[in-house]
Amino acid sequence: MNKYENNKKAVQKLVLDKSVHRDVYINEEIFKLEMEQLFPNVWIFIGHASQIKTPGDFITSKIGNQPILVSRHRDNSIHVLYNRCPHKGVKIASEPCGNTGKFFRCPYHAWSFKTDGSLLAVPLKKGYEGTGFADTAASKGLSKVENVKIYKDFIFARLSKNGPSFEDYFGDSLSTIDNMVDRSPNGALEIVSSPIRYMHTCNWKMLVENQTDTCHPMVAHESSAGTAVKVWEREKVNSVSKDTPIAVQFYAPFMSPYEFYESTGIRIWPNGHGHTGVTGSIHQDYTDVDGYMEQMVEKHGDEKAKQIINDVRHNTVYFPNIMVKGAVQILRNFIPISVDKTLVESWCFRLVGAPQKFFERSLMYNRFINAPTSIVGHDDLEMYERAQEGLKSDGNEWVNLQRLYDEDEKHDVTEIINGTSERQMRNQFNAWSKYMTLNMSEKLEAAE
Amino acid sequence: MKQETIIDFIYEEAFLLDTMQWSKWLELYDKDARYWMPMEWNQTDPMMQQSLMYEDMLLLTIRVERLSGERTFSQKPKSRCHHILQTPKILEFNEEKDLFKTWTPFTYTETRGDILERFSGWASHDLKLVNNNIKISLKRIDLINFDAPFSNIQLFM
Repeated sequence: MNKYENNKKAVQKLVLDKSVHRDVYINEEIFKLEMEQLFPNVWIFIGHASQIKTPGDFITSKIGNQPILVSRHRDNSIHVLYNRCPHKGVKIASEPCGNTGKFFRCPYHAWSFKTDGSLLAVPLKKGYEGTGFADTAASKGLSKVENVKIYKDFIFARLSKNGPSFEDYFGDSLSTIDNMVDRSPNGALEIVSSPIRYMHTCNWKMLVENQTDTCHPMVAHESSAGTAVKVWEREKVNSVSKDTPIAVQFYAPFMSPYEFYESTGIRIWPNGHGHTGVTGSIHQDYTDVDGYMEQMVEKHGDEKAKQIINDVRHNTVYFPNIMVKGAVQILRNFIPISVDKTLVESWCFRLVGAPQKFFERSLMYNRFINAPTSIVGHDDLEMYERAQEGLKSDGNEWVNLQRLYDEDEKHDVTEIINGTSERQMRNQFNAWSKYMTLNMSEKLEAAE
Repeated sequence: MKQETIIDFIYEEAFLLDTMQWSKWLELYDKDARYWMPMEWNQTDPMMQQSLMYEDMLLLTIRVERLSGERTFSQKPKSRCHHILQTPKILEFNEEKDLFKTWTPFTYTETRGDILERFSGWASHDLKLVNNNIKISLKRIDLINFDAPFSNIQLFM
């Protein structure tokens, strides 16, 4: 079973220039190492500050398989804590969100903690006198995650001591988050609704790869988007309004030809980040919302307002496991559950100060595309499930990612490339290999 | 109209769904009807709060046609469904206002290949008369676990 643990070379060998070994998707030991190595080594999205507006508010989250608690303290600071009681390990908070009041109280033995995680009180305190309690980890309260970055209200954390800084890790890729925030006339986003949750019986990386896979929509979604176009063309003669409904405006561009995706491009960034839709995208032709342009011009001036609104990036992957769609204000979080199970949580953001039509559209897009009841979702999940099964075949142990491969291509660079390239997938696997093994050799030495 | 006629109509809808007579099922709906699956408890707004579905006849027609599409791979093999309904409770029976409301606890099963999934909830129907035929103007499906992470739900509850 221990083919890969403490074996940096074996892990690195899974990722070649133009292909990856199937074990990255189907091997349980690799999944375990992703939880122990990859996820702790990099910056993981754990929530948005608008979810915890007032002191005592908290949300729960996960990094890899470790439960995390994020809380708003009485001085308004945000604290990211390991969600386990220092006494017996009981999770302090179990709901996705809530308000705990002035302190957290463990439901098992009533140990209590301030909302910055520090220990407030332990019942029957006398029982600990003379036992050296002050020297224990338990006396320090809830363990704190040290590496936390709140970037424009997006809360990220890195668990490992050794790893890239937030700025080095994300670099210019943050421009997609910037653009989504800039779309609010007040420069602020807000989460006011639960995410749509959708369980996938496939490896989490299949979902992440699919975000920049521009050669699948016109094929896999012919069933949903193609049917939508066909039915609308037939039914519109009976329709009172001849304007294309926003639903059809959402579905139809999925059927765009290869040439469209080729020409709109992909931008790759270091560390596995990248996005589709550089010079245009499937989001570019939605009907304008009355009054919005005027608001934006007033706030930013004519030139900047146009630049923000015309930057209609399609899908931005923040490696390892989120995707941001600024043009419709959606963030998808691909949460690994097991080697063949992934929970997808798709969040909508409200553009504070913008006409409410935007939030209505965001929620609509979310249920059309990202819900367990979504016909587009049905198309995709069928492909992932078939891949998860098909990869068990010994006929070929490799997955091919060589579309538009160039033997001179470099890793960890910023470039704009042909939009049907699989280079962003290669970019992700380069980062995967790097961060899977970043802290592995140290472990090897320690074990010797 | 008799109250039993309304109740029979609710059973007829489940019959058409279980026997996969999709076109006939769509004909039970008024042209301006909506099919709504909320994602919150006691949800009041289908558009400004997150719903799983809030679909008009165009969208429902797209769904139905997709089910039999040549390249609809998520329907190879096909899904089947099964409804068990409690006797519908009539909440409103107002011939003057042409408004009839029912509330029907149900258990719904959807299966495809070797997978079988079961859901429980309440279906609320707003009905009206159009040329003396009962039509659905709103069907609302509240699941007991509306916020759980489901896998595919491809048919209709």
